[in-house]
Amino acid sequence: MEPVMQIIVNGNTSDVPVDFTAEQLIESLRLTGKRLAMEVNMEIVPRSTFESYQFTSGDRVEIVHAIGGG
Amino acid sequence: MSAVISHISSSGPETPLTIAGVEYSSRLLTGSGKYRDLEETRLATEASGAEIVTVAIRRTNMGQNPDEPNVLDAIPMDKYTILPNTAGCYTAEDAVRACRLARELLDGRNLVKLEVIGDEKTLYPDITATLEAAQTLIADGFDVMVYTTDDPLIAKRLEDMGCVAVMPLAAPIGSGLGIRNPYNILTIIENANVPILVDAGVGTASDAAIAMELGCDGILMNTAIAAAKNPLLMASAMKKATEAGREAFLAGRIPRKRYASASSPIEGTFF
Repeated sequence: MEPVMQIIVNGNTSDVPVDFTAEQLIESLRLTGKRLAMEVNMEIVPRSTFESYQFTSGDRVEIVHAIGGG
Repeated sequence: MSAVISHISSSGPETPLTIAGVEYSSRLLTGSGKYRDLEETRLATEASGAEIVTVAIRRTNMGQNPDEPNVLDAIPMDKYTILPNTAGCYTAEDAVRACRLARELLDGRNLVKLEVIGDEKTLYPDITATLEAAQTLIADGFDVMVYTTDDPLIAKRLEDMGCVAVMPLAAPIGSGLGIRNPYNILTIIENANVPILVDAGVGTASDAAIAMELGCDGILMNTAIAAAKNPLLMASAMKKATEAGREAFLAGRIPRKRYASASSPIEGTFF
C-alpha cells in the first residue's frame, strides 16, 4: 500500500498519499474547473501552481469560493 | 429630518462615481446575500442597476453537489465589478487572509471591501483592527473600500491611509433603521477627498434618497432589497431613490423657512 499522510482540508482531517498535489486534491473533491482559491498554512497557493504543489503532512488547507454576501 | 441641518451646496453637472480609477454610472452598490435563490439574486441585481456587487468568501462545500451553480454565474465577472467582502472576520489577520484569497479567486483583482466586525450583536466595526488591516492591505497593493463607523475623525484617517472609498454605516447592518446620524455623515462628506458611500442600515427608498441628498457619493445595501417582500420591486425603488436623491443634491434644495412663501405672484390680482 502507498504510504499516506494526514492533511486538514477545510477543517476535516484526510488521509492522502505522501506525494499528493493540490491539483489531485481539487480533482478528488470534484472541484476541477471551478473558480476557487486555496491557502495552505495561511499562505496563498496560486492556481497556476496546483499541478506541482505537493502537500506536507499536517498541512492545513483551505479551499474557498465566492458566495452571496453583503 | 431636523430643520437645522445645513446641506452641502452642490455644484453643477453630474460627474461619474470614480473608485480606484474606474468610472461608474450607478451610485447604488448592492450585496448578493440573503436572496431566495440565485435567479432572484440575478434579477434583483439587474433591477437595481448596480455595477458593483459584493460577495463573501467561504469554504467550498466539499462533496455536496459540486455542480451547484455559483453566485458568480448569477453575477458574472465580465458584467459586474465584483467586490469581495471580509464579512464575518473578527480579526485584522482573518480579514487580510480573506482579501488575499479573494484576489487569487478573482484573477488578481485588487478591489476589496474591508470590514472587521467587533461584536455579534451590533455588527459594529472594530476600528483598531480595521485600521491595522487597512494598513496591511494597502501596503500589499489592495484598493480598499472600508466599512467604518460614522466617526468623522476615523473616516478621515482611513482616507489619509490610502483607502479608495470610505463607507460609514447609517445604522447597524441589516437593521433598516435609516440614516441615524446625518450630521456625522455630512461632516464626513465635507472633509472627504475620496468617495463616501453609506454602507449598511438603509431600510427603504426614502433612506437612500436622504443619504444621496446629504451628498453621499453612493450607497451600498443588501438586506433592504433582499429581505423586502418583493425584492425586485424594492431593487427598482432603490435605483430610483438613489438617482432622485443624487439629482436633488445636484439641483440644490431650497433653504428651510418657518413660514410660507407664496408661489403665485401677489401683483395683478383682480379681487
